[in-house]
Amino acid sequence: MPDRVLVTPEAATLIRRLKAEHGPLVFHQSGGCCEGTAPMCFKQSDFRVGQNDVFLGVIAGCPFYIGAATFRYFAYTQIVIDVTRGGGDSFSLEAPDGVRFVTRSRLFSDVEARELDAAGPPAMGPQAFQQCQSADGQENQSRPQGG
Amino acid sequence: MANPVQKFEYRPAALRKRYDNFIGGKWMAPVKGRYFSDTSPLNQMELAEVARSSAEDVELALDAAHKAKDAWGRTAPAERARILNKIADRIDENLSLIANVETVDNGKPIRETLNADVPLAADHFRYFASCIRAEEGSLAELDNDTVAYHFREPLGVVGQIIPWNFPLLMAAWKLAPALVAGNCVVIKPASDTPLSLALLMDLAGDLLPPGVLNVVFGHGAEVGTPLARSPRISKIAFTGETTTGRQIMQYAAETIIPQTMELGGKSPNIFFADVMDQDDAFLDKALEGFALFAFNKGEVCTCPSRALIQESMFDKFMEKAVARVAKIKVGDPLDLSTQMGPQCSHGQMEKILNYIEIGKQEGAKLVTGGERAHPGGDFEKGFFLKPTVFVGNNKMRIFQEEIFGPVLSVATFKDRDEAIRIGNDTLYGLGAGVWSRDVNNTYRVGREIQAGRVWTNCYHAYPAHAAFGGYKQSGFGRETHKMILDHYQQTKNLLVSYSTKAMGFF
Repeated sequence: MPDRVLVTPEAATLIRRLKAEHGPLVFHQSGGCCEGTAPMCFKQSDFRVGQNDVFLGVIAGCPFYIGAATFRYFAYTQIVIDVTRGGGDSFSLEAPDGVRFVTRSRLFSDVEARELDAAGPPAMGPQAFQQCQSADGQENQSRPQGG
Repeated sequence: MANPVQKFEYRPAALRKRYDNFIGGKWMAPVKGRYFSDTSPLNQMELAEVARSSAEDVELALDAAHKAKDAWGRTAPAERARILNKIADRIDENLSLIANVETVDNGKPIRETLNADVPLAADHFRYFASCIRAEEGSLAELDNDTVAYHFREPLGVVGQIIPWNFPLLMAAWKLAPALVAGNCVVIKPASDTPLSLALLMDLAGDLLPPGVLNVVFGHGAEVGTPLARSPRISKIAFTGETTTGRQIMQYAAETIIPQTMELGGKSPNIFFADVMDQDDAFLDKALEGFALFAFNKGEVCTCPSRALIQESMFDKFMEKAVARVAKIKVGDPLDLSTQMGPQCSHGQMEKILNYIEIGKQEGAKLVTGGERAHPGGDFEKGFFLKPTVFVGNNKMRIFQEEIFGPVLSVATFKDRDEAIRIGNDTLYGLGAGVWSRDVNNTYRVGREIQAGRVWTNCYHAYPAHAAFGGYKQSGFGRETHKMILDHYQQTKNLLVSYSTKAMGFF
């Protein structure tokens, strides 16, 4: 099954640096005004993932979530988290360094889309990441959700 | 009306080289001594160094605000109103300069800052100065001996987080009601656009008692987070995106304080076939309404980013409408004839280009634009895009996600029911537009659209005294109307007995 979320090497390097500075991180794809429709990177202790958040996968050891309502429109899109020059004011942790995570998108092919449909809807809620972690323990570049 | 010759500068000389925080009525260097470079999206020229503040600076601002709050809360409404009117006067007296600064900091064309952003900011201060003079509590005579008095009291110290798309105007929307209601404020402007509020503190900071208004500059993660989660604020107001809105509401749940949230939109702009019944001024107005997605380069929460066109006139209407869009003048925003300036930041431009790519991948038809614009010269370093129109269907991502740029997605509808259904098929509900010569039709559509404001035969007007705010995931709370005073006040009930008799229970 294809990964729903990937990360570029440049973004992965930045994530590891932020993690060393701030501790465990979580990504959440935002929507709406100004800095919206961008991936937000928060300390895990600063953002509560809810039961209406869809777990898309793991990038550089960090869980990546998206709100269920927004996911409806991302269901057939593979996203690649990259990093670009800033600015844009943002609560996301990388922004003060003058850089921004960006979401790049690719529509899944028909074959990939059928595989995803066959696998059923992705897991939701904070437990989805915990289960994925206990399934393979390893922090890795990019993993689809467990199962 | 004669238009005086005005000279604008790419870096206005009135700007300081460096801005510290404005705390307790004076400029105060950030505790950690760090600054960031604020550059212009026109050409990436540095405009000023600005305090890169941290939690320590937020605490200092909160100290100053708490020190000032009792006296300010007891200041007579007439006096608070007088001060707000004076702030408005200072804005008017310096209109050209403030507009100039706003334009070079944000990229919005000077014709917009001169005629909308800055004069409207002044008017919002005046409006709320008037509201507070007219406000009164209430009393209820519960029985012959018992009276319930209701007083409106300020909350105390409130936090406000301002976006970069209308830096001064959004600050005015939030500051005017908060201050006039007797609150002290700690406000964080966006780090991309700190200068208009910084300049306003130079021009009008002396009018308010020290500590009533405190401005802390810096980044969301370093200033916004400690402000929003502080147990020392009694309310938080935020305009921005949904994930951060959620984060702030989580903080507010921990400290049990109220919030107002304005979180964006994907507003439908609905055009019925009868707009083309005549080739007249109204049709011209409707065509301008179509092109208004490019207002402020599309960086507006209420950007009419989905145009829904009645099928029976689609080809005829689109021919005229796209021609109108193609004529939009992109370039130097300090030129009075320019209609669209650069996007606010590099990151913003990149995000918009990513969406243009998604639109193409999804099979939407690109009708005009779809790439960077090149105004030439110094502006090659600027973040200029061409106004872009796609034709597709409402299930596409470019119809559902807020792009926050000059990108319009157009679809058709057959009849009123379908227009309403497509219009409401969105996560958001901030604004909407309805265009028709039949007022019964516009009324029905307006009532059925799930959005906080439905512009009817107009769009993008933001007068004081018309409530603004969102349905659905666009947030809650209503600004720019006296009802926002309720969000900056709490009710004190004095329940008074004028009887001398015991109740008789004990």
